[in-house]
Formats: sequence, C-alpha cells, structure tokens
Amino acid sequence: MYRLQSLAARSLIAGALDQCTPLTLTSLTGVRHKSQGPSVEKCGQMRFITAEAKVSAGRLGGKMREKTLTMDTLNPQVKAVEYAVRGPIVIKAGEIERYLEEGGTKPFSEVIKANIGDAHAMGQQPITFLRQVVALCTFPELMDSPSFPEDAKWRARRILQGCGGHSLGSYSASPGVECIRKDIAAYIEQRDEGVPSDWENIYLTTGASDGIMTILRLLVSGKDSSRTGVMIPIPQYPLYSAAISEMDAVQVNYYLDEDNCWALDINELHRAYHAAKQHCQPRVICIINPGNPTGQVQSKKCIEEVLHFAYEENLFVMSDEVYQDNVYAPDCQFHSFKKVLYEMGPEYFNSVELVSFHSTSKGYTGECGFRGGYMEVINMDPEVKAQLVKLLSVRLCPPLAGQAAMDVIVNPPQPEEHTFKQFHQEKSSVLGALAEKAKLTEQILNAVPGIKCNPVQGAMYAFPRILIPPKAVEEAKALGMQPDMLYCLRLLEETGICVVPGSGFGQKDGTYHFRMTILPSIEKLKVLLGKVRDFHIGFLKEYSALEMKSDLICKT
Amino acid sequence: MSENGALPLRGKVLTVDTMNANVKKVDYAVRGPIVQRAVQIEKELKEGVKKPFEEVIKANIGDAHAMGQRPITFFRQVMALCTYPQLLDDNKFPEDAKNRARRILQSCGGNSIGAYTTSQGIDCVRHDVANYIQRRDGGIPSDPDNIYLTTGASDGIVTILKLLTAGEGRTRTGVMISIPQYPLYSASIAELGAVQISYYLNEEKCWSLDISELQRALQAAREHCSPRVLCIINPGNPTGQVQSRQCIEDVIRFAAKENLFLMADEVYQDNVYAEGCEFHSFKKVLFEMGPEYSSKVELASFHSTSKCYMGECGFRGGYMEVINMDPGVKAQLTKLVSVRLCPPVPGQALMDLVVNSPQPGEPSYQTFMKERTAVLSALAEKAKLTEEILNTVPGISCNPVQGAMYSFPRITLPERAINEAKAKDQAPDMFYCMKLLEETGICLVPGSGFGQREGTYHFRMTILPPTEKLKIMLNKLKEFHQKFTQQYS
Repeated sequence: MYRLQSLAARSLIAGALDQCTPLTLTSLTGVRHKSQGPSVEKCGQMRFITAEAKVSAGRLGGKMREKTLTMDTLNPQVKAVEYAVRGPIVIKAGEIERYLEEGGTKPFSEVIKANIGDAHAMGQQPITFLRQVVALCTFPELMDSPSFPEDAKWRARRILQGCGGHSLGSYSASPGVECIRKDIAAYIEQRDEGVPSDWENIYLTTGASDGIMTILRLLVSGKDSSRTGVMIPIPQYPLYSAAISEMDAVQVNYYLDEDNCWALDINELHRAYHAAKQHCQPRVICIINPGNPTGQVQSKKCIEEVLHFAYEENLFVMSDEVYQDNVYAPDCQFHSFKKVLYEMGPEYFNSVELVSFHSTSKGYTGECGFRGGYMEVINMDPEVKAQLVKLLSVRLCPPLAGQAAMDVIVNPPQPEEHTFKQFHQEKSSVLGALAEKAKLTEQILNAVPGIKCNPVQGAMYAFPRILIPPKAVEEAKALGMQPDMLYCLRLLEETGICVVPGSGFGQKDGTYHFRMTILPSIEKLKVLLGKVRDFHIGFLKEYSALEMKSDLICKT
Repeated sequence: MSENGALPLRGKVLTVDTMNANVKKVDYAVRGPIVQRAVQIEKELKEGVKKPFEEVIKANIGDAHAMGQRPITFFRQVMALCTYPQLLDDNKFPEDAKNRARRILQSCGGNSIGAYTTSQGIDCVRHDVANYIQRRDGGIPSDPDNIYLTTGASDGIVTILKLLTAGEGRTRTGVMISIPQYPLYSASIAELGAVQISYYLNEEKCWSLDISELQRALQAAREHCSPRVLCIINPGNPTGQVQSRQCIEDVIRFAAKENLFLMADEVYQDNVYAEGCEFHSFKKVLFEMGPEYSSKVELASFHSTSKCYMGECGFRGGYMEVINMDPGVKAQLTKLVSVRLCPPVPGQALMDLVVNSPQPGEPSYQTFMKERTAVLSALAEKAKLTEEILNTVPGISCNPVQGAMYSFPRITLPERAINEAKAKDQAPDMFYCMKLLEETGICLVPGSGFGQREGTYHFRMTILPPTEKLKIMLNKLKEFHQKFTQQYS
C-alpha cells in the first residue's frame, strides 16, 4: 500500500490517478482480487487520454455554450488512433527536458531520446553532398560559387530544370518531378540487378508514412464482414495500427517469432488469415523489412513464401523497405520484394499487386525533416492508378526539397566523380558505426539478467524482452497502465532515458519489451546501456523484495 | 475459392469496384482532365507536333514561380544557410539572414533541418507565428500553444475536417462551403464521407456572402445531416472577393447562433488589391466582438507559404491557429498529427521567415521590401488588367478581382454548344475550356470544377503570368470566345 501512495506522488502517475476517479483507494487495495477487474480495465482504456490530460488541466471554468467539437462529438476513428512513438512517454520526456532547462534537478543531467529513429537529433552529421545539392537548388545563385563541386551543381541544375520556373518553390506534378521519378526507376533497376522498373509506377511521397496511408486509403472498403482486413506484423511500427484505426479498417495481427529471431512464420500467416476471415475480408498484407521495431532481416526464402501466400490468398502486398540500406549482420542481405517477385516467374510477377516504400529518413542519410520518400506500385489496375493520381493531386505535391533529397539518394556520386571519395567515406562511416552499435547493444543487453535481446540484424532499433516481476505487473494494472509503460516511465524518471514500451508496438500477451534506437553516439550509447542495466537490476530487486514481503504478510 | 484447390485466374485485389468508394467520389478539377491534356500537349509540342500555338500557358493553378515570379532573395538565403550551414562562414550572406538561420537551427534537433521536429512544429517558429498574428491583429493576443505548423494549408484543413466528421445518417457532420469553392473542400468532404452543404456566393454583388443564403442552406441541410462546420475563404478562391468587416461580423454571429465551428482559409491575406478593400482576419473581428463571442466561437484559421508575395508552393509550408478548441480535442489533434511525425522542416523554416521578415534597420530590409512590393504591385496591376480586358468581350462578364490570384468570369455559351457538350457527356464549360486549350494552348479550369449556379458557366484563370504574357493570353481568349460564339450561334 505504501508503495502505491509513493508512486502516486510522482507527477505523471498522479495525473493518471486523477483521471481514474472510479478507482478509489479501496479498489486500489483490492487490486489483487479478480472481482475488481472491471474498474481497473475501464481505467486502462483511458490510457492515452490520461497521459495527455495534462494539456486539458485548464479546462474552461464556468458554464458556457456547448462546444461544437468535444470529446463526445469528435470523429470516433480519430479517438481510436494510438501512436506510441510520440505517445505519453515522449510528452513526459519533453516536460522533463523543459524542467531541466529551467534549472530543475533530477538524478541525471539530460534526457536521452532513444524513442525515435531520428539520426540527426542524435548527432549524426548530414551527408555533405546531399546538402550541397539541396542548397544549390534552394539558392541557385550558389551555382557561381567555386566552393561547390561540379557534381553537385550538375545534379542541382538537372533537378531545377525539372521544376516549373526552375524553382523549388513551384508545385511539381502530383506524382513528383519527372526526372526524379526516372532516377528512382533507374536506381531500383540497378539495385534489383536489371529487373525492369517503369518510372510511371513511381510516386514521390511526403515521407514513407504518407505513401502507406494513401495506399491503405485506396484499399479500405466494405462493411462488417466484408470490411477490409489489413494484416500487420506484431510487433509493428504503430503507423500501421494508427492508420487502420483512423480508416476504420480491421487490423489482422500476425505474430513474429521472437524465439526465432523475430522471423516471419508462414503458418502463423495462415492462422491469422483464416481466423480473420470469420469477421472481415483480409485484402492486404504489410511487411516491414528490415523490421521495425524488431530489427530482423528477412531471408529470400521467407519473402518467397510470403509472396506465394499473397498470390494464393489474393492479397495486396505492401512492403515497407525504408531500412533497405540498414543491414548489419554479416550473414544477412536485403532482398527487395520486387526482385524476389520477379525471380518467382511471370505468373507471379505479372499478377501480384505490390507497393514498396522508401524514404530519405533512414539509411545512411537520416534526413527525416525533409519528409522525402517514394513508392513503386506494381500490377496496379490502371483505373485504380488513375484514382490514385487523382487522390494525390488533392494534396498538390510532396515537398520539393524532400524530392530533391530523394533524388540525391538514388543518384549518389559515382566512382568517377570527384565527390565520390568523400561521399563514400561519410556513408561508410555512418553505416559502420551503426553496425558496431547494433552489435554492442545486443551484447550489453544480453548480459543483463532478465533482459533478452535478439540480434539487431538491421534497421535502427533493439526490441529486447524484459522480465517484469509479478508485483510490478500488478502495480501497473492497478494504475491502469501497461506494465512496460510503468517500466519505461520509471526508467525515464530515474535515468532520463526515453524508450518506447513494447505495448505501443504490440507483443504476445504476457511478454514485455521496449524499443530503443541504436542511434546515440557509441560513447553515449555505452553510458545509456549501462544505465539501463543498473536500472533493470534495481527494478528487479525492488519488486522481488516486495514480493517476498507481501508473501510474508500473506503467511502471517 | 482456393478450397477445392483449383485456382481460377487471379483477379486484381484492388479494382475500381472494390476500392474505397469515398475516394472514387473525390473530384479535384484544378489538376483534372484538362490539366492532364495540357501536359500531353506540352509533350506533343516537344516532339515537334504542329499546333496553332507554340507553348501551353498554364493559368490553371496558383503557382507563381512556375509563371516566372522570382523567389524572395532573403528567404532563399536563409533556407540555403539552414540546408548547408557551412555557408554561415560565407561573407556573401547578410548577417540578418545568418542570424535567422542560426536561430532556426538552434531549435532543431542536432541543429539540423534533417531532424524530426515536434509534431506541432518547431517551438520558436510557433512563437514567431503567434507574434506575427498578434502584430497583424493590432495586439490581440495569440498563444503559441494554439499554433500548429502544417504541410501547406491543405493539410491543416483536411486535419480539422477529419476531427469534425462523425455521426451516421441524419447525424452525419455537414460542412458548409461556399459555391464557387476551392475544390480541396469538396474533395476532402467526399473522402471523409461528410455531407457537403453548399451556400452560394452572390455573383451580382461581387461574389459577396449573404447571411440569408447561409440561413437557407443551413435550414435545408438540417433535414438530412447535422451541420457543424462553416468554411470561409477570404480573400476568395476562385472568386477573388475580399470580405468586408461587417460581413465577417455577421458570419461570426451566425456561427455563434447556430453552433458552428468556423474554418477561415486566409492564405491570400496579403493579396488584396482593390481600393477600399482591406483584409480583416476572422480572429481579430471575433475578438473585437467581445468576450461573448471571443470566448466561445471555435475557430481555426489557415495560412501558407504558397501564396501572397512569396509564392513558395513547393516548400509545403503553412500553419493553423485554433481558438477555443476543447482541450481534450486539442490533445487528440496533437496525437493525430503525431502519426505523420512532423511537417517538412524546410517548409517550417520558410513559414518562420514569412512571419519574421526583415525589419527596418536590418541589412536585407530594403531589398526585401523592394522585391515584395514589386510582386504585389504587379499582381494589383494584373488584377485590374484582367478585369478590364475580359469585360470588353461580349458574352464575358467579370467581377473585380479584389484579392487572391484568380478571376472567375461568367461566360455565355450558345445553346448549340451546350447541347453538343451534353451529347458528349461533358459539362459545357469543360467543353469550352478543352476547345480553348486545343486551339490556343491556354489552360484554364472550368467553373463546374468549383461549383456554380445551375445554368451559369465560368472558368477560373490565374492572374499570375507576367504582364506581357497575360495581355497576349487575354487577347487570345477574347478572339477565341468571339469565334466560339460565332461558330455555335
């Protein structure tokens, strides 16, 4: 009991309690009895709302005209959306940061945000060449400057020639600047060793998220048992679940196999598909490869199986390949869905509908802020494609600076160009450091009792499984929060490290995880991992002691 | 079907029959069939196909730079500095540009515009936006917490409409929009499955907004939906009118009385040309009406980097200010925008410059003012010119272009042309614009894409081409219209 009270004293948790007034002290003391289930659960549903309730603390006093737009009249699909990567824990981290800035004291001096794949924010330097090209496009007067290399000028000129009025300030065609689409197609063809890519199948996007949302929007239709079901991996990147909620589609979970390095198991796809068929119409399968948050890299054989499955069950395939350059494990290799589909023969290559996504935000460039990206659509019905173009045109066009950045990524300096050496050096140094950090993270985490981490084969995250003692689970449930949320909140409060609870990505019932990025600099990452270890050991100790104590009380 | 093991020919998963029906209903004329044809013709010209003209003039879209307008030097200097901070050591860049770039970079993660920002937008940019609004509105306070940076104004508008759309059948959200309207509104309403409620602007009175018409539209709509939102575009797109202060007050009173959420699209706020016209922000008028209104009417207003004197469409910058939004809903809004992570950072930086432009005494002030004034006065001149020339054509009547970037003249079409169009299953003004394009290379958008009173026909043309080109274009238009009228009479 004393523990709950002391916890309640902590700001955020106190906030959560305020919102859970039905959960009185009597029910808190009785949480161990199943009969109290309903009120606890009710509180749990308010999870997202509670954490953001701080914003609403200043609710207008007095009786006023009813608002037109209230929580009751709000679009219910919007209410259903959850996005943990920027959820309550991140809001809390922001609050702590401000508190520290204002001179407040904490047991740490800075918040380390390992919650989001934001490389530059973690100190990664931009690729010089990319920024040179974009700067030239932005301020073409620089074309006369001798301090810019010819390779960069040449690319900038070419991009500007593709822009209306030779300006990045004009709208582009809604699918993107034509010459950039052509460069992307050429890049894909080269990457896929000659598998043809048609530039008219390429659509520039506002980051990959935008493309994923757009394709899902096309696919969602039907009512009740004919409503579109979208198969997504669990754990997943929560953009998918958020988009599915927003569009009121049906989420169909297939679980990745944690014991098998988060591999995708074809039997599990079958199970999920057939179970879902009872209540919806599964029409799409989403794959993230390399995996986010799970970091696995799919084998060619596994991709073949997925494609075969999609072919047999008539599913539209969406392959999120934004981490295609982020493969670290020596025995792993990135295989694009497009290439594997091609190699499976014309029967497959001419029929399976596939959209793959890429972005400027990850890889070795980490240019998240530019919101650049593209998608390639294969075998899309021509009439639907026309509808897609129409839909895109309502938003006019993706940001031109992002399109330009995308162009540099697909058309980087070549060995014969002057800038190649520096470019290549910058690129390898980023990717080399990431590979080292991937290894380091796995090793250090696996040395901690009660933490088990699969190898980070690719992408930018570790998603370790954490042991949470039953006492802590109980306590979290009493507070109406997920146990790993409690864990991550305490980690944040005590160490300043901001990671995202596994519940935000989905996980098998009764297992707990967190996602952390491997992006901090090696030195910082080591410190961070050391702190996580100490915290975890302390956490285990604290709750095991509690366990023993309550056992004692029970016995007496 | 795979139960008996025999795979029939694999059909597409996604066809027009199985796709999202709401998407199918979306229409967006500004980039519709006529523009697609224009692009095709451009290609044909490049390939050497002979046409009665040498180039396609795209007067279909408010894309200033594409029409030759130069970017504001100061803005691009700062943007280049933010993109490639090594230039901060370059003495060719003025100090005020460097100061702004440093300030923006300091508030970016890792001092890089390549980092994500908070979903609501960079803190210091939101503060600058709030200060700007406060200055613009004569001191009426603006709270940075109410500012959300967006990916162009369109993104903000769609987001707010998304929050507001709820209910089924008769309780489904109805959205009041002007007719003629900017088709982003009708497109978003269709996509969200909301109910469009059309209120007609009064063409005879220079496209002004008439409260009794609002009342009529609302009453009629109450039969079949739940009207909850009123959208206003001021200055008007495509109609170019500038709302009077009185009219804005009346609209606000109406919204208060009828419990409507107000959305004020004010992206053309710097584009006011007609003498006697002035831009009044909804926010300012709302607050001047006293606490009875200012503490209760829910308002979202929108601005963008794409129009005004800068015309930086490609950067997709913009912001919205939300007033009197329920705090719980605001938290939901923040959550919703967080799924898309953040608006493009270059667009945010540019928005910052627009609201924090060079001040007297700063090294770039004079050049900046010179460039700004040149753009705005050229636009004023072209607004006047367009109205004058079009009104000399028999069968074309054009209201004054008081603001924004478009004229929306009414055209009289001969009965025979109307019939021929109908036989082709085309809107008569689409038929007209298509012919105009084929014969002159001028690309306009038919009025039917924006909505118009039954039996009237219009087109929208931008006033953006350079004055000389605009004159040529207007004269070609004149000739075409006369020929067309003759041919079909």
